[in-house]
Amino acid sequence: MTNSVQAATAETGAEDPIVVVDGVTKRFPGVVANDAVSLSIYRGEVQALLGENGAGKSTLIAMLSGMLQPDAGDIRVRGQATAISSPRRALELGIGTVYQHPTLVPTLTVLENLMLGAAWHQRMNRAATRRRLTEISQMLGISLPEDATLGDLSLGQQQQVEIVKALWRGEQVLILDEATAMLTPKGVEDLGQVIGRLRDAGIAILFITHKLNEAVRFGDRVTVLKLGRKVGELAPDQLAELGEDKAITRIVDLMFGAASSESTSEAASRDKSRLIEGPVILSADGLAASAGPGEPAVTGIAFQVRAGEVFGIAGVDGNGQKQLAEALAGQRRVIGGTLSLKGEPIGGLSVVQRQRAGLRYVTDDRLGEGTVGNFQVGLNLLLKRIGDEPFWRGGTIRKREVDRHARTLIDRHDVRTPGPQTPIGRLSGGNIQKALLARELDNAPVAVIYNKPTYGLDANNIQFARRAIREQADQGVATVLISTDLDEILELSDRIGVMLQGRMVGIVDNDRDAQRRVGELMIGVGAAA
Amino acid sequence: MTAEASTEEPTPTSAGLSGQGTGMPEWLVRIVLALVPILLALIVGAVILLLLGRDPISFYVNIVRRGLISWIGLQETITRCAPLILLGASLIVAFRAGLWNLGIDGQFLLAAVITAALSAWMIQSAPAWIVLPVGMIAGFLVGAVWSLIPALLKAYQGVNEIVTTLMMSFLGVSLANVLIKIPFNDPNTTVPQTMTLATDDRLPRLFGTTINIGVVIAVVVILVVHWVMTRTAFGLRLQTVGANPKAALHAGLSVPLLTVVTFGLSAGLAGLAGSVEILGVWGNVRADWNPGYGLAIIPLVFLARFNGIAVIGFTFFFAMLSIGGETASRRADLPNYFVLVLVALILIFMALTEWLSHRRALARRA
Repeated sequence: MTNSVQAATAETGAEDPIVVVDGVTKRFPGVVANDAVSLSIYRGEVQALLGENGAGKSTLIAMLSGMLQPDAGDIRVRGQATAISSPRRALELGIGTVYQHPTLVPTLTVLENLMLGAAWHQRMNRAATRRRLTEISQMLGISLPEDATLGDLSLGQQQQVEIVKALWRGEQVLILDEATAMLTPKGVEDLGQVIGRLRDAGIAILFITHKLNEAVRFGDRVTVLKLGRKVGELAPDQLAELGEDKAITRIVDLMFGAASSESTSEAASRDKSRLIEGPVILSADGLAASAGPGEPAVTGIAFQVRAGEVFGIAGVDGNGQKQLAEALAGQRRVIGGTLSLKGEPIGGLSVVQRQRAGLRYVTDDRLGEGTVGNFQVGLNLLLKRIGDEPFWRGGTIRKREVDRHARTLIDRHDVRTPGPQTPIGRLSGGNIQKALLARELDNAPVAVIYNKPTYGLDANNIQFARRAIREQADQGVATVLISTDLDEILELSDRIGVMLQGRMVGIVDNDRDAQRRVGELMIGVGAAA
Repeated sequence: MTAEASTEEPTPTSAGLSGQGTGMPEWLVRIVLALVPILLALIVGAVILLLLGRDPISFYVNIVRRGLISWIGLQETITRCAPLILLGASLIVAFRAGLWNLGIDGQFLLAAVITAALSAWMIQSAPAWIVLPVGMIAGFLVGAVWSLIPALLKAYQGVNEIVTTLMMSFLGVSLANVLIKIPFNDPNTTVPQTMTLATDDRLPRLFGTTINIGVVIAVVVILVVHWVMTRTAFGLRLQTVGANPKAALHAGLSVPLLTVVTFGLSAGLAGLAGSVEILGVWGNVRADWNPGYGLAIIPLVFLARFNGIAVIGFTFFFAMLSIGGETASRRADLPNYFVLVLVALILIFMALTEWLSHRRALARRA
């Protein structure tokens, strides 16, 4: 560890970016994780990279830190196009990363953890390590107990060690991935100070977060990713000009709609506030669901959905939408209030009983719980009807019936599969979703709950899924559409409820003004309707 | 290796085992993948024998001669298959449902002891055709009851069943010992053992051989288990729980209930294996008797990829190896345990083959 610190002269708002990401694209099977993303990272500036889960933040970081290689586009470091071929190479280029998950050894001391980075043939030099630690600590304005066992430190201090390690060789770019996720409010505050000092020392910081207020609070520049694309960027002067509240509103627009003006104008021009006169099919009143540790407690949910109506449920991800969906479907215990289907209370019924009554749930977790990957498509299409006639007779499977049923649904929903007996896990994400839709919409649905039905799909499959949802509703199905994609909600819904911290904070008609009002409700500034 | 479930065909899930793209039919690939480890193990075993200064050819020939070709040996081999196949059936139920019932040795032994004591006591006042079925039912129930604690803990508290079943197995073996030495001890013998069921009262033998009908029972049971797991709605539910418990909840299956039922069936079959072994072969249990079949059968069930029919084949091979191996080892002046070296080698090569075919599948997909 003889690397000396590169003199960190505090440059003022450097003009030349130290790292430039230029049109970088990364594809995974069935998903475009990053689609021609470009951004620049400057010395002495904190850039907040904001986006929801699945927006492509992790993929971008993985490419910057050498874990993944882009399929197209360039990454330039200090003006030179460079392949960041490995994490080691990233460090050589001066890019240090603090990952979301701890990478240190909890049973070793702080000092020992920092000595681990040395090459195997080097002697561990305790004194030099101690000196270097002191240097960096001074720069960060922190003091770490060098000989304490790492696992005994607070999570905030452990993270400081991670930061020290990421800057060990004089790295000039620091990537912080969801750095506040595991910190206490005090820890977040301390982190803020550390980030401030690093910025003043001329370090370029990329601060990744899915929390809006943190992005605005920590970021000098805010870049917004959505579904793999960069949908906007607020430069430091813009941020200063807007002020915090307006900046947040602007970012909400970027994150949840408005950005794609085309679809918005289309959405706005369509008559969405239809008057639905069908009978009330699904209704909840004062509904409360059990919550596990760390989950938002869903309470006091009240809404009604009529036959043929699409009731959208909007909200920033993680505000109880999943818990609500599971309570509606019967996978989560209802602990208060009433839930009824066609006037019959169903709050106490099992998943299967609700399913038989015509209530369907299209889960957002299509691989984790929606399907059994190594079961064939045909069986997955009957997963909620195991043992039912005519596919089983006397409890014994009738393969011909299973296959016939599968072929019908495969044709109807255009599921691209080699055959009904192919394990469903081999299909693409879009086709698995089609299969899920096929399963839930089969056999006379009365009310269908969709949870993020187009999440992670490509454009074609998104259109296909949305059309299927619309068509079902037009046939008189009461539809609950949970989505974090506000465009989707605005495109399909008749009325929109907004979830915030486990409550439904407002229900608005999908009229011309809906986007603004829903956006405000989502971040808790709008008045309840 | 996980207890992976499959559907229709007993297809192992890892795509690496599929014969797609190689031009070989799927079943052939599967057989090759099962036989290759055995072949490699025999080769490496031969090298070890050479290093020890023994003649590998004559060692292997002795195994086959004693375990397969000699009439007495063949009968012993087939008889040995009965408990092993039943234990295999027990594990197929559990593994296909994604549960690690590693307590089969305890379930087996406890059921054996209680069956032995019960049948020897009942035979004093009842005919054999009543005593034998009752003994087997009792064995099944004892096994099932002994799995109740791990089952309930797993179903309702999510306690890792590997730990609980192993612990219950230790307790079961110890309890079996206590039962033999105190309440069920036959006062007429010097060695602690249960009262003996007379040879004539044991399971009937087949056509004047020494093979009892236990092996027939075992084969029927494992075929039924195989059929239930692959063809019935009940089996599919168990496999759904095994393959993806979250999907099972999503589909509205009662995962806790299915977990308890799975444990009951699996442990019950392990108990049945104990009963059949006692009622067919031994007639009593001695205090030092614990064959430890469980540990031997687990790898065989994996080797057979939870396919009941394949388990029969592998069990026969293993039984031959252990029966013939005893003689072969003695003749080669090696400890009896040398057969275990071969078994261990098979396992190592099995894991390697699995890994390689998995790698190959990944490479092909990329």
